[in-house]
Amino acid sequence: MALSTHRTTTTLLRYLTPTISSLRHVSTDCSSSTITVETSVPFTGHNIDPPSRSVDTTPQELMSFFRDMALMRRKEIAADSLYKAKLIRGFCHLYDGQEAVAVGMEAAINRKDCIITAYRDHCIFLGRGGTLLESFAELMGRKDGCSKGKGGSMHFYKKEGGFYGGHGIVGAQIPLGCGLAFAQKYKNDENVTFTLYGDGAANQGQLFEALNMSALWDLPAILVCENNHYGMGTAEWRAAKNPAYYKRGDYVPGLKVDGMDALAVKQACRFAKEHALKNGPIILEMDTYRYHGHSMSDPGSTYRTRDEISGVRQERDPIERVRKLLLSHDIASEKELKDIEKELRKEVDEAIAKAKECPLPEPSELFTNIYVKGSGAESFGADRKEVRAVLP
Amino acid sequence: MAAISQGIEATTALFLANSNKFLFSSCGSSLSEKKRNFFVVKSDGKSYSGLNQQQRRAQKVVTNAIATKKDKAPSSTASKPGHELLLFEALREGLEEEMDRDPCVCVMGEDVGHYGGSYKVTKGLAEKYGDLRVLDTPIAENSFTGMGIGAAMSGLRPIVEGMNMGFLLLAFNQISNNCGMLHYTSGGQFKIPIVIRGPGGVGRQLGAEHSQRLESYFQSIPGIQMVACSTAYNAKGLMKAAIRSENPVILFEHVLLYNLKERIPDEEYVLNLEEAEMVRPGEHVTILTYSRMRYHVMQAAKTLVNKGYDPEVIDIRSLKPFDLYTIGNSVKKTHRVLIVEECMRTGGIGASLTAAITENFHDYLDAPIVCLSSQDVPTPYSGTLEEWTVVQPAQIVAAVEQLCQLLR
Repeated sequence: MALSTHRTTTTLLRYLTPTISSLRHVSTDCSSSTITVETSVPFTGHNIDPPSRSVDTTPQELMSFFRDMALMRRKEIAADSLYKAKLIRGFCHLYDGQEAVAVGMEAAINRKDCIITAYRDHCIFLGRGGTLLESFAELMGRKDGCSKGKGGSMHFYKKEGGFYGGHGIVGAQIPLGCGLAFAQKYKNDENVTFTLYGDGAANQGQLFEALNMSALWDLPAILVCENNHYGMGTAEWRAAKNPAYYKRGDYVPGLKVDGMDALAVKQACRFAKEHALKNGPIILEMDTYRYHGHSMSDPGSTYRTRDEISGVRQERDPIERVRKLLLSHDIASEKELKDIEKELRKEVDEAIAKAKECPLPEPSELFTNIYVKGSGAESFGADRKEVRAVLP
Repeated sequence: MAAISQGIEATTALFLANSNKFLFSSCGSSLSEKKRNFFVVKSDGKSYSGLNQQQRRAQKVVTNAIATKKDKAPSSTASKPGHELLLFEALREGLEEEMDRDPCVCVMGEDVGHYGGSYKVTKGLAEKYGDLRVLDTPIAENSFTGMGIGAAMSGLRPIVEGMNMGFLLLAFNQISNNCGMLHYTSGGQFKIPIVIRGPGGVGRQLGAEHSQRLESYFQSIPGIQMVACSTAYNAKGLMKAAIRSENPVILFEHVLLYNLKERIPDEEYVLNLEEAEMVRPGEHVTILTYSRMRYHVMQAAKTLVNKGYDPEVIDIRSLKPFDLYTIGNSVKKTHRVLIVEECMRTGGIGASLTAAITENFHDYLDAPIVCLSSQDVPTPYSGTLEEWTVVQPAQIVAAVEQLCQLLR
């Protein structure tokens, strides 16, 4: 086991030294509000020329990154306590540590672009326009949840925000994502689909089937592997012969991105969107990390050391990186940022309190939304005489 | 590559041409505009415009019910003789009419495009609509079914063709978890107006893996509807209804029925997805059947009529949900039920139907329900063994005689 720890630790702490040097390469132009920041590491490309390391951003954008990521982090930690208080049951997969992927992606796209992901979907839902109340209510199984309490943690959806879920079966969302891209191509509407999956799902056959079809028909699909290095309890090197997931597309170009750097994610997603609209699918591998275990029933420390987790938290935490940027550019002071965090904490607490007040769904809701009304399928009792439920 | 871009241009041209008629964002809602152009034909011959569900419930049992014969067709088609075609052509006609009507309708499957479909159901459609609307997929059932479902989630109306229903087992996860459940788990946000169709059933010595009767596997998936077509008339009508339905529909065709010739009306008609068809009204026993077994039952019915029995034959057509209304009325009249199906004995459609009838109409039954299903064996290759796997007319006659022995 010493061997495994050694290998993973070195891989993860590989990004240590560049982090410090990135601060030196920063150039601030005070007259315009654009700031150019270099990403922590350069991008690595497979069959493609990677985009440049320098990312343009604005103080407002950095502040919004900080705000959104801090909100997501607070929300996940609050969900942790709610789970331990048994208000959230079943499975609860937390995203803290990976917030940069959600936030960076949102910054590069619009709401017409589609995002579909697996079960670690709380924060992406928030990024797509979901409210705290909807998400907490859904987690607690209340009627006001985004899926009316019928979906749960793994089934968050937001149609208006272009968020297609929220899927429990590993890898099953990848063909769905290609279907979304197919529809976008069919309708010719210049949008793309980001299909997110994990390093565990990267070994599913469906992925390769979907890649083949996307490449064959030049679908605007961007497959994003959120590589947090552990597929549930199995480290990536124990599950994959070739853990370079961005290269696994073979004929499909790939890009490896530091997923803990929101600006790098933004750059990569913007680049990928341009590429997909012209040339078809591309794989993005986001090198990221989750602090919690796979889900709330997994302590997260049996297959990795606490040192590793705290090491990543100290060196690569996405919120800390943005905080350092904000402080070094004098966009906000330490106190202001702390105030924002306090405010967000209050917001989350209020949302939880409100969600706790929300009613549970009515029993008649058991039969609603099974079929779409208007096609004649109503939920009768078997003899059709007694109407058990009338669709809304 | 060029072919697909041609497809896109063709599709775009269609959109631009119809841009004032079709709003793309509401792909399926052009229905209300089109209501005046079609009528729904119920199995008792009454026709009405649009989809009016209330009328269905008010129907009483009709003793002279309509069979699908030209001379008993609805009154408005009495003047037109209709046209004759084979069942697979009827399916194609239905498909083509729907693809003309709505640009969101697309087909995907193996060999559906350039090859024309392994059973010729999509022949000629790729030339007409382009490669994007009639999509040849690689042999990857799981992912192209998933792709169809994803496309349906965002507004298209795909029809996924499984070359054989048995191959859809590979896509079972997508069908069960995503297709059936997404409307529910998203709280109603997404609808999946997909049609999954393909031939199944026992053919002529096709071997075990290609002769599967899988209706039983899909019947417990919540959120989907299952229909089985058996004649050219109901094939076209059910295909159109399935495409127009907002729910996922699995349309079971049968390998041996594709070459059935029949005369169908010239004008447009859409059948009701949840309704059973009264094939032959009778008094002594209700025989419930679907798909190919309908023909075995009708053959047995000839023998039975000669022997003095009067069976009432109902083609249930809708496998999920059951049309317990029509079935119940029949049971109340005859008090005896025989179910003849090709599905597996264990956990099959017949088994569920037996349970449903017993639960609801127990008081009306004079005898236990007899269910004749095919044997719980993989379909053997050898001809005689294969014959014994499915229900034969002689067995049906014997079962009816036994059921009705109280009358003698």
